[in-house]
Parts: sequence; structure tokens; C-alpha cells
Amino acid sequence: MLRFAPAIAIAVLALPVIGGLAGTVLPAFGYLPALGGESLSLDPFRVVLAQPGLLRSCGIALAAGVVTAAVSTALVALFVGGWSQTRTFRLIQSLVSPLLAVPHAAAAFGLAFMIAPSGFLARLFSPWATGWDRPPDWLIVNDSLGLSLMLGLIVKEVPFLLLMTLAALPQVPLAASTRLSASLGYGRISGFLFTTWPAIYRQIRLAAFAVIAFASSAVDVAVILGPTTPSALPVRLVQWMNDPDLTSRFMASAGAVLQLGITLAALLIWLLLERFGRMGLMYLCDEGRRLRADRVVRHAALALMVLTALIVVGGLAVLALWSVSGLWQFPNLLPDTLTLRGWMRAMPQIADPLWTTVTVGLAATVLSALIVIGSLARERQVRRAGNRWALFFLYLPLLVPQAGFVFGLKLFLTHGGVGATWAALVLVHMVFVLPYVFLSLAAPWRAFDPRYEAVAAGLGKGPWTTLLAIRLPMLSRAILVACAVGFAVSVGQYLPTLLIGAGRLVTITTEAVALGSGGNRRVIGIYAFLQMLLPFLGFAVAALVPALLFRNRRAMKVA
Amino acid sequence: MPDETAGLRLDAVRIRLDGRELVAVDRHIGPGETLTVMGPSGSGKSTLLAYVGGFLDPVFSSEGRVVCGGRDIAHLPAGDRHAGILFQDPLLFPHMSVGGNLVFAIPQSVKGKAVRRARAEEALDDVGLSGFFDRDPDTLSGGQKARIALARTLLAAPNFLLLDEPFSKLDMQLRGQIRDLVFDKAKRSRLPVILVTHDAADAEAAGGEVIEIGRDPA
Repeated sequence: MLRFAPAIAIAVLALPVIGGLAGTVLPAFGYLPALGGESLSLDPFRVVLAQPGLLRSCGIALAAGVVTAAVSTALVALFVGGWSQTRTFRLIQSLVSPLLAVPHAAAAFGLAFMIAPSGFLARLFSPWATGWDRPPDWLIVNDSLGLSLMLGLIVKEVPFLLLMTLAALPQVPLAASTRLSASLGYGRISGFLFTTWPAIYRQIRLAAFAVIAFASSAVDVAVILGPTTPSALPVRLVQWMNDPDLTSRFMASAGAVLQLGITLAALLIWLLLERFGRMGLMYLCDEGRRLRADRVVRHAALALMVLTALIVVGGLAVLALWSVSGLWQFPNLLPDTLTLRGWMRAMPQIADPLWTTVTVGLAATVLSALIVIGSLARERQVRRAGNRWALFFLYLPLLVPQAGFVFGLKLFLTHGGVGATWAALVLVHMVFVLPYVFLSLAAPWRAFDPRYEAVAAGLGKGPWTTLLAIRLPMLSRAILVACAVGFAVSVGQYLPTLLIGAGRLVTITTEAVALGSGGNRRVIGIYAFLQMLLPFLGFAVAALVPALLFRNRRAMKVA
Repeated sequence: MPDETAGLRLDAVRIRLDGRELVAVDRHIGPGETLTVMGPSGSGKSTLLAYVGGFLDPVFSSEGRVVCGGRDIAHLPAGDRHAGILFQDPLLFPHMSVGGNLVFAIPQSVKGKAVRRARAEEALDDVGLSGFFDRDPDTLSGGQKARIALARTLLAAPNFLLLDEPFSKLDMQLRGQIRDLVFDKAKRSRLPVILVTHDAADAEAAGGEVIEIGRDPA
């Protein structure tokens, strides 16, 4: 049975992506027999390219991808270089890590509620410092350059890259390198960048690519924070995809292919940036520059890191406050009155999306976890770690923009007679949940001391007993954390839910983004609050269950 | 001429890595006897234990027979070989109580919860740790953990013992004590033992034949 687990994993990861890509590319060239497109043509592209403001839409998507990745990577590198192995580092680490679980849309709403002209920051300084007694008429959120969009992406990608870096750190001799470079007179940051960073970057490179792919094609964040006239390409894509006029599907497919091209272009620019970065580092290193005066850079990195965390955490708190606020006039810092009326009113409408969110999330997570555990157990059985191809398949759904293949998948499903069903939604969520479950479980699974299994075998136990009675219970904490990560990923899925659910299956996330345009802050507050609450409940369960099960087992506590 | 069907026979065993021969052994270990394998670290002496126990990494190639009770076990799955293994670390399962660790080791053929528990309590008495059934293994001292690990191994009614430097992490005073206990139990249960060590005192206490491997890495 275990024998088939890796094949199932690859099928879950690759088939939807490959099938979806085919289902996108063919209609883009006019081929979609169900709608009468039986010959190849470039007409769909002509229609797309004739859309007003298209160049600007593409430019914003491209810039969002490159800038988000560059700023996030640089910040993480400088912060880890400047502060690793200090108490400050561990403190920030524990502050930033939970942010990974916050869905992108919730973080984006939180950010909007902070930085908007009538947002919390403006209230904090009004009227005593600014003199404003009404919100200034500034376009901060949805600014035409997409700066707030990039900020919203950066605050979510920094925790991701930081965690990936932390996972790579144990595999490099960080402490020894730090001591060595310090004894040679190098500054903290330069010593780190010269001796350790290249090895770390090699390991987080795919993650950086995933950041570019996501940032250049994110729909939910761009709807909430991005420019509107014109919108970023991903947002316009979704409008075309949801156009009830069936013939616009050709155009939407061509747009999706364009999106693939934009993401590819962003990746190519990134490869150039990588090269410049490497050349710059090598130049400084060859010159023997010590660069010891890095105090300012170190503290700037720390300050930005703290700001990243505070802006999200603060934003979420403001969201929660809005959900229970009565009258809350500008420039009052806190609501004039608190009321549960908003919740009471929203409750009947929440039940249905909440049910879909939770059941789809649980199903996708449990199925993914079973496949991942099966694959890892099989890997142990044949004593062979997955090769480069396995890693490629794992990252495939994270590297191909969702808009590029989910639409094609939807066309496939629709014309194959599979409509917006619960099972289809679970399957599509698994495509994105499985990689994260695997990435978070693989390290603890492989670090498990195999001698425990040798002992169990010596006691006459077969492989299944050993797996079920020894390995799984001993890894229960890691497995549950991986499941919590997977559940958080499922809860946060916007575009796949929107397209596959087709309005019949809605989740808290699709509802939150849909309501976002309405601008009712109390309602947005309620949905965004639920959106962040669900992942945190997942992590709470992951922490509590082992703590209760093994409450009398000291060695089972977190180290 | 010893009885060749009793005990453990390593019949022309060869273990290679990338064509390089690490281990070559051809020995018979009678019931209650110990074969001590000595050699520097990295010489492949633990590889021999992994081979006999059935958890050799497939990067190694091996040939030969391991005959136990008249049967070649070299191709059986690890779980069917009934090899009692003691490592440097006691490796008590941290999610089970001390008693849970022991009950886990008792063969399935012993039926009934009360009977199995009584058997485990007996084993605890036997290593001088009566009343430890419900304890958390992590709260035990190093010597106590080593005793529990030994009791656990013996409860599974092994056909032979594989000892992978099991005393090297114990402090001097404790080491002699635990060593005597292990060899005493092995002799009394008439178990063949393969001991891997780099401590000459271990070899001396074991009292059996000593072979050295990996001295001359050709």
C-alpha cells in the first residue's frame, strides 16, 4: 500500500497543474470544441492585447513579483545575518512565525485598516499631531503605483522566507562561521553574507521563486490593496473568467497565458538580480572588505522586522475591534461604543461558508497528511530520499501561478460534467495543501532516530506496528503542526475556491474578499477575524492535543 | 565440537560498500557465549550488527548466511529475526510509561492484560526497579534507563543479543555494574551475544572471543 503513496502524491500535485495548463493554453489559441472553437487562432490574444490599460496592469503584476521577492529576501538575509544566535532573534522569530498562518486576505485587510487615511495610524496621530479632524483625501490603499499592494505582500512573504531560512540554518555551520569571520575581523552582516548566506540561499531558492510566482499573480491581495484604474492583471483576469458571456472564456484563457508570461518574466528578472547580487558579494569579498560599521543596517533590519510583525498583528487587532464596534468616528482612537449587533446580524449568513471552509479544510488536510505520511514512510522503507524531481513536483503548484492553471482546470471540470462539487473543491485545495504539509513534516520525519525502529523490530514488531505504535505517536506533535499549516493554507485559498466553487460553494475567504469592495468595515472585520481565527484554532489544537495526551511524558514536551 | 545448531552462526559473512570490503566474519557463537568485535570508529563494526539485526542500509552489499536455530535468517525482515538490541542510548519510547515500554516488548502469544502486566512487573523486580511501572521514562537516571532497556530487550524473548557499545555513555562506576548485569542475564538465558565496542574492558568482561576489524584499511 505504501508503495503507491509517492505516485499518488505526484498525481495530486502534477495532474491538475499539467491538465489545467493544457486547459488554459488550448482555449487561449482558440481551441475549445465545447464552445465551437475548433481551429487554432491568435484572436483571443488580439482581444486581450486590445484591452485598455493592459500594459499598466501587466507592469504592476511584474513589479509586485520582483519587488516583493527582492525586499523580503533582502530583509530576511540582513536580519538573520545581523541577529542570529541572539535573544532578540529568538524573540522576533516567535513573534513573526505565527504570521505565516494568517491568510493573505486577512493580513491585507488588517494592513488596509491600519494605513488608510481613516485608518488606525492616522487616528493615532490625529488631531494632535496632524491637525486632521476628518480623514485626508489621500489615496493610500489602492494607490496607483501598487505600493500598498507590495507592502501587503511583503509583510506576508517575510515570515514565509524567514521560516524557510530557519529550516535551512541547521544544515550550515553557522556558529563556527560566525566565530571564524568575526576573528578575521569581519562585521556580523558581512561575515554572514560572505560565509553562510550563499549556502542558505541555495536551499531557499525555490521558496524565493514561489514568492515571485505568488506575488506576481495574487488576486485576493490585489483586490483589497491594489490599484483600481487599471487593476493589476490578476484582478482583471478574474473579471474576464467570471464573465457570463461564454465566448469571453477564450479571452480569459489568453489572459491567463499572458499571466504565465508575466510571472516567467518576473522569474527571469530575478535570475538577473541573483547574478548581480552574487557578483556584488564576490567583489566585496575578494576585496576583503570587513564592513564592520554595520550597526545602522543591523538595527534598520531589526526595526523593519518588528514593523512587519506589528503592522499585521496591529491590523488584525483593529479588524477584531471593528467587528464589535458601534459608532467609531474619526479621529477617535477607539470605538465610541461596542456592540455585538454586527455579529448577530452576520451570523445566519456565516454558517454556510464557515461549514464549507472547515469541512473542505479538514478533508484536504487529512487526505494530504495521509499521502505525505505514506510517501515519507515509503522513502524510509526503501531508504532513499526523494530526488530533485520529487522536489520539483512538490514546488510545481507553488511555482505556476494559480490563475494560469486553475481556470483551465475549471474548464476541464465544467465540460467534463463535474460542476462545483465539494469533492472537486477538496481535490483542488489538496494541490496547494499537500506541498506545505510535506515541507513542514519532512524535516522532523527524517530527523527521527531510526534506532527506535531497530529496537522495535528487535522486539519482534513488524513495520506497521512500528509505524503506528512508535513513529507516529512520537512524531504526533510534528504531524499535527503540519496539519495545522495545511489547514491554514486551505482556509486562505481564494482563487481556486472562487473558480472551482463558482459561487455555489463559498468560504469565509471568498466571502471576505467579495464583501471587501462593499467597504462596510464592521462586516469586513467579522469575516477577516474569522479568517484568522480558524488557522489559529488549528495551531491551538496542534499544541494542545499532544500536551494533553502526553502530559506525564517529559521527553515529549517541546524542546 | 560444539553443537552447531544451537547458538548463532555467521557463515562467510561479507559486507561491502562500493566494492570495498568492510567486514568479513566466519564464526559460531554458542549459547551464552559472546563474540566481541573491536575496531576504530568508522570501521564498519556497527554495520555488522545492522546486517545481523536486519536493518542494514541498502547502500551496503552483503553476502553469507546468518544461521540461528538451524535456520538462515539473513533474508528475513527485521521484525522476524528476534534480535535483542541494545544501543549506546537506552532509547526508551518517550511516549509510553516504563511499564508501557515493557508490555510493548512482551510477545503477542502472552494473552490477557493482567498477565502481561504481571510479566512486566516481574521483569522490573528482576532488574531491581520494582514499582517503576507507571513512571515516565524521562524521569529515570541513566543507570535506571539502562536497566529498563535491558529488561525490555529480554522480555521479547530474543534468540540472540546485539550490543552496540551499550555501556559507553555510562559513567565508570555504573558501567561495570550494568555490564555485569547484561552478561549475567545473557549467560543465564543462554543467549549468543555479539558485542561491538572499542573499550578493552568491555571485551575482557565479555570473556569470549575477540575479533578486530578495520585495522588495515587497504
